[in-house]
Amino acid sequence: MRFVDEFRDPAAARLLLAAIEDMADPSAPDAEHFKFMEVCGGHTHTIYRHGLEHVLPRNVELVHGPGCPVCVIPMGRVDDAMWLAEQPDVIFTSFGDMMRVPGSKGSLLEAKARGADVRFVYSPLDALKLAVDNPTKKVVFFAVGFETTAPSTAVTLIRARELGVTNFSVFSNHVTIVPPLKAILDSPDMRLSGFLGPGHVSTVVGNRPYRFVPEVYGKPIVVAGFEPLDILASVAMLLRQIREGRCEVENQYGRVVREDGNPAALSLMAQVFELRPHFEWRGLGFISQSGLRLNADFAAWDTERLYDMPGIRVADPKACQCGEVLKGVLKPWECKVFGTACTPETPIGTCMVSPEGACAAYYNFGRMHRDAAQLVGQSGA
Amino acid sequence: MTVRTVTLPDATVQHSGPSFAENEVIERIKAFRKRRPRLIDEIITMSHGAGGKSSAALVDAVFVEGFRNEQLVQLGDGAVLTLPSGERLAFSTDSFVVQPLRFPGGSIGHLAVHGTVNDLAMAGARPSWLSAAFVLEEGFKISELQEIVADMAAAALAAGVQIVTGDTKVVPTGAADGLFITTAGVGVIPAGRRLAADRVQAGDKVVISGYIGDHGMAVMLARESLELEADICSDTASVSDLVQTMLAAAPSTRWMRDPTRGGVGTVCNELAQVTGLGIVLDERVLPVRPAVHGACEMLGIDPLYVANEGKFLAVLDPAETDAALAAMRAHPLGGDAVVIGEITDKIGATVALRTQFGGTRIVDMLVGDPLPRIC
Repeated sequence: MRFVDEFRDPAAARLLLAAIEDMADPSAPDAEHFKFMEVCGGHTHTIYRHGLEHVLPRNVELVHGPGCPVCVIPMGRVDDAMWLAEQPDVIFTSFGDMMRVPGSKGSLLEAKARGADVRFVYSPLDALKLAVDNPTKKVVFFAVGFETTAPSTAVTLIRARELGVTNFSVFSNHVTIVPPLKAILDSPDMRLSGFLGPGHVSTVVGNRPYRFVPEVYGKPIVVAGFEPLDILASVAMLLRQIREGRCEVENQYGRVVREDGNPAALSLMAQVFELRPHFEWRGLGFISQSGLRLNADFAAWDTERLYDMPGIRVADPKACQCGEVLKGVLKPWECKVFGTACTPETPIGTCMVSPEGACAAYYNFGRMHRDAAQLVGQSGA
Repeated sequence: MTVRTVTLPDATVQHSGPSFAENEVIERIKAFRKRRPRLIDEIITMSHGAGGKSSAALVDAVFVEGFRNEQLVQLGDGAVLTLPSGERLAFSTDSFVVQPLRFPGGSIGHLAVHGTVNDLAMAGARPSWLSAAFVLEEGFKISELQEIVADMAAAALAAGVQIVTGDTKVVPTGAADGLFITTAGVGVIPAGRRLAADRVQAGDKVVISGYIGDHGMAVMLARESLELEADICSDTASVSDLVQTMLAAAPSTRWMRDPTRGGVGTVCNELAQVTGLGIVLDERVLPVRPAVHGACEMLGIDPLYVANEGKFLAVLDPAETDAALAAMRAHPLGGDAVVIGEITDKIGATVALRTQFGGTRIVDMLVGDPLPRIC
């Protein structure tokens, strides 16, 4: 398939791996240990799905970051979503991978099984169309995601206003990527060598917002794409910066990401959203200026203003260490409940739900001994 | 891909590969997973129908528990029954609730015949007779029913089976989605033929009869909410004739299964669990059409879990593999048959995929319906 296969070329991968091996120099007597955080869940998914972890040198470690939009939604917000879904005449719409996220009283999938009208959509515009087609119903869209998905929510709201659709509203849970990165960099238990920066988010915000990473915190960052070769190329770029004594923002994903991002998308977001003073992240707690809500111009489409939701803050389950996993402090398998009490069928934490969650990615794809994995990798069935 | 052997200069250095602790966790999970999935839900959700772990838990806790007998506990796609004369029959049933009723490449009528015919063929039988039961929703157009019945008749003729008995029920508007069809079928298994998971051994080859994922993606794209334009047709077909062709060339064939709901990934996991053996699949040779590959990438769905309705997976004696492939490729439905993997006793009861880079990942059972990713 064009635009996919050329980023999965094994010969190119071998060249990159040789370059990585060369720069990382794992057999040197004083071999440095490199610890790079891949910010996005999409990166994590690619790393495990393509078995990249086991082909990197042992002294190049990838740790998983907070950029999984489903993983960071706190329990209380899921409870509010379930409450909304159960209101009379409401059609509650959501992206597919929010459906299994557990709140304190189960998931949207279970609410649906109990009779709530919950539908999954591929775009907020589909939700708006449902509202137009069902004038006697009230359609609520469960908006989640970073700057990647926020512009499409903004477009939908502007369209709803143009069309004068009054039976449509948005339950905004949009978040921004820079505040959690700052929180991670401020955390004393993280000793990172650099970052694979968020690719999709950067298509909207551009590269400039990450300048504080090298300038304030002295860490290199390479905005990385999501194909296997993108990941390997970005790791090589980070190592090259370190070996050459540079520390800057670089863009590996230049085929998609522009320096200034997408000004049109940013302007749409500015028309619709405003920053919340603070927003709760699952496992990470409250982070100031990290969430987006609808501004006063769009009050008529703002679910939070239209419905008197319970809005009860629910503490994460005690056993759950999603916060530590999202911050990259713990590897998924280091969590106490990983793989036994918490599995994809019975998830306790969000990281086990979304395919982009580090725990789900590791459980579904990565759970192999390194020696067994290498045996499989080399044998020629 | 060459495998590096790296001696770590300092044992305390952390690394990205599994440390001692990670290996312990992997073992703990393996032990935990040996238990059959437990049914913990109070109500039926769509996951129970998706063919993954939730389905397995429901079948175990409700149906096997309720009906327990020697044939049922084998949980095959069809039961193998021995008559007093010594002849053996394969007996199978399946229900069809697909929406839309008509999709590129076929209709619910084709599926209703092919599904049961293929289940019988997988037991090694020559399918002979089918029953068909219809649940019709009040208001359903008779002309549409006639079209679906015509599809069934054509499919039965092509598969060499007769629909010899049936039943009709009508329910009020809203109590069914247009129509539901249930078919059951029987076929005779030729003397001396035994296909069973216990015959599978390390070194055996895993063959797929053609491109995977066509049916599931064709139906998914035909659903109205997806305005993706791709030229993908369902592969719905009877594989019975192709199976007979293959078995003639490879009489020691160990085991077969049609990867319908849950796809190749689920079928391989079921085989690994039953045999205790591992399966290594090779991503480089998995036959996926470019359009299916593209649609799967866009939706974040793995073609290994997408349904097929005209394909089968066979585990073959390595000595007969070349002959089997040659015979299959000479058949109109088997032109793309290919070895996609091998049975191994080196990795436990795990399904692993060698990726295009010589990387490795696990192919696990799906939890529920594959849900498209956000971004």
